[in-house]
Amino acid sequence: MTVLEQPGSSRNKSDLPGPPPAWRPRVDPAPLLPDAEPYRLLGTDAAPRLDPGLLKRLYAQLVRGRRYNAQATALTRQGRLAVYPSSTGQEACQVAAALALEDRDWLFPSYRDTLAAVARGLDPVQALTLLRGDWHTGYDPHEHRIAPLCTPLATQLPHAVGLAHAARLKGDDVVALAMVGDGGTSEGDFHEALNFAAVWQAPVVFLVQNNGFAISVPLAKQTAAPSLAHKAVGYGMPGRLVDGNDAPAMHKVLTEAVERARSGGGPTLVEAVTYRIEAHTNADDATRYRTDSEVETWRAHDPIALLERELADRDLLTDEFVHATRDGAEELAAALRDRMNADPQLDPMDLFTHVFAEQTSQLREQAAQLRAELDAEAAGHPENATGADRSAQEARP
Amino acid sequence: MTTTAPETARKPATMAQALTRALHDAMAADPTVHVMGEDVGTLGGVFRVTDGLTEKFGEDRCSDTPLAEAGILGTAVGMAMYGLRPVVEMQFDAFAYPAFEQLISHVARMRNRTRGALQMPLTIRVPYGGGIGGVEHHSDSSEAYYLATPGIQVVTPATVADAYGLLRAAIASDDPVVFLEPKRLYWSKDDWSPDAPTEVAPIGRAEVRRRGTSATLITYGPSLPVCMEAAEAARAEGWDLEVVDLRSLMPFDDDTVCASVRRTGRAVVVHESNGFGGPGGEIAARITERCFHHLEAPVLRVAGFDIPYPPPMLERHHLPGVDRILDTVARLQWESDWTEGRGA
Repeated sequence: MTVLEQPGSSRNKSDLPGPPPAWRPRVDPAPLLPDAEPYRLLGTDAAPRLDPGLLKRLYAQLVRGRRYNAQATALTRQGRLAVYPSSTGQEACQVAAALALEDRDWLFPSYRDTLAAVARGLDPVQALTLLRGDWHTGYDPHEHRIAPLCTPLATQLPHAVGLAHAARLKGDDVVALAMVGDGGTSEGDFHEALNFAAVWQAPVVFLVQNNGFAISVPLAKQTAAPSLAHKAVGYGMPGRLVDGNDAPAMHKVLTEAVERARSGGGPTLVEAVTYRIEAHTNADDATRYRTDSEVETWRAHDPIALLERELADRDLLTDEFVHATRDGAEELAAALRDRMNADPQLDPMDLFTHVFAEQTSQLREQAAQLRAELDAEAAGHPENATGADRSAQEARP
Repeated sequence: MTTTAPETARKPATMAQALTRALHDAMAADPTVHVMGEDVGTLGGVFRVTDGLTEKFGEDRCSDTPLAEAGILGTAVGMAMYGLRPVVEMQFDAFAYPAFEQLISHVARMRNRTRGALQMPLTIRVPYGGGIGGVEHHSDSSEAYYLATPGIQVVTPATVADAYGLLRAAIASDDPVVFLEPKRLYWSKDDWSPDAPTEVAPIGRAEVRRRGTSATLITYGPSLPVCMEAAEAARAEGWDLEVVDLRSLMPFDDDTVCASVRRTGRAVVVHESNGFGGPGGEIAARITERCFHHLEAPVLRVAGFDIPYPPPMLERHHLPGVDRILDTVARLQWESDWTEGRGA
């Protein structure tokens, strides 16, 4: 039996060949590392130098976003939305993501990111189509360059990478910003997307909203990484850690990452430390997995309150501005409420229209079957309607 | 590239070479066509189907990707969203499985989800099937998984001409196409050569490869040559078999299949994929629903056993062969022709 040589034994270690010269560390990891603490602007020495116009713009969007979240949640109670995953408490992340992008850029939202889409200019009713359930996507993605809201976690990240890569191949200076949560970083597609992005040096920004929970599972059970931003280093891209409730900090970090991507600098991973104030959705019960006192500590670090204090300190929070902001938010909510109270006009025949570019003979047969059922139903023979149709009628409030 | 050299051009090409030519011609005709996958660049693919494409069109058009099938297909989705027409290669049937979520949750649904605003003109090339002595995970017949997903076309050539024509059609299609390449036919040759007319074959049309009157063998991809051989051998038994090559499993050509079965009155579906949950069950059901009164016997199937794909030294027992096909044809209730006075 051979006894392995121990370190420090008499054998001269220089006899052992190291890896051939072809191997070397590819990138110095030091510049890629995130800061030890989340980057902040509000409450720091830099705050007084922040552009007042930007602060007011961010504030108006946050207030609008908070009101939008409240209205959408209310619509679930009224049976007007099937489900709503609220971004209350995360408005700074949502708004900053939208404002960091140029018109020609693309946003890749998850199901919790309708506010980012609305802040980018999308009609709120169209943004909520998926969650109302009248279709899967309520808008033409080309119109505002917003990809369909993505439900399977992290699966939209490779799309963002591919789109950004394609844009670069075509010579367009388009950036893609993709949003994912802390839970989503455990998915394989998160890994593959970051790896492809770094290898291709694709102009992509990955925004992880670390809101503490994947439904009920806290971050500690999700990862043992020093931070989610640290994951960037393994792919060879910079990681940025930022206070996700500090709207100007979020805006600055994302804008820098977008400009870095646009100028050929490659992808960036941004971890925004924030908190999901509401339950996962209206169907979830957050009291089963977290305490009210924990939620209260985060309410004390509310993105609107933080920005309000800065505006007040600088005498920017005039009554006129506050009222105008509130009025704008109320208008958005009232219009959303009114429009969502109208039943959407659905044509069941649409089910067959967009399966293929050209309908197959099989789908033509099935469409004819449904057509006949609908005609029978319209002719006053509801007993001829299918069970699915009946249950849909019964479910309607 | 062999297909551009005049001396070799007159020689019959292999199926792999016809596929290469199809990719080449598609890339030359349309600058939005991008080929991507594992080893498709410098190496030319493990089956050499992408041979010479990087050299001709550059790394941006034919690119080696990181080794990650979900990432390959997922990024191809984004490229398609931006107006490109990606052709991705999955190295082997069983290595395509990591990409299933992208395929099922996005590729197949994007048109439907967005009411046609985003289409996915993607081609996903998948070498599939057994018979090449491959070790585990290199011989799966994965077509049933794809067929279970509405929104994707599933196409498989069995001839060299179709390899060219159907791949051109797949790349030109505005819908996603899973293009299943029968591995054991990669080196097959027939009368197609690159200087023959290079026609685009329509997706969704089956082809009668052999006319017959006694019974119809319905098959596709790697099992077509086996069925043709079985049909020849059947003559000694007094059976004149018709052979239908489906070419496209989705869309499915009910008309050609049913017209044949109505003529012959008997049908056997032949494929390598396992019988339970395999395409043969659906095909048999469709024939029964549409041709019941023309049938002299139940529709039978010759399929792979319902077992994980065998190790290469045992695969010959698993794959549908001539004898098993003839034994099955023999079970098509020929005696009833006498009892009912309907002998041929």
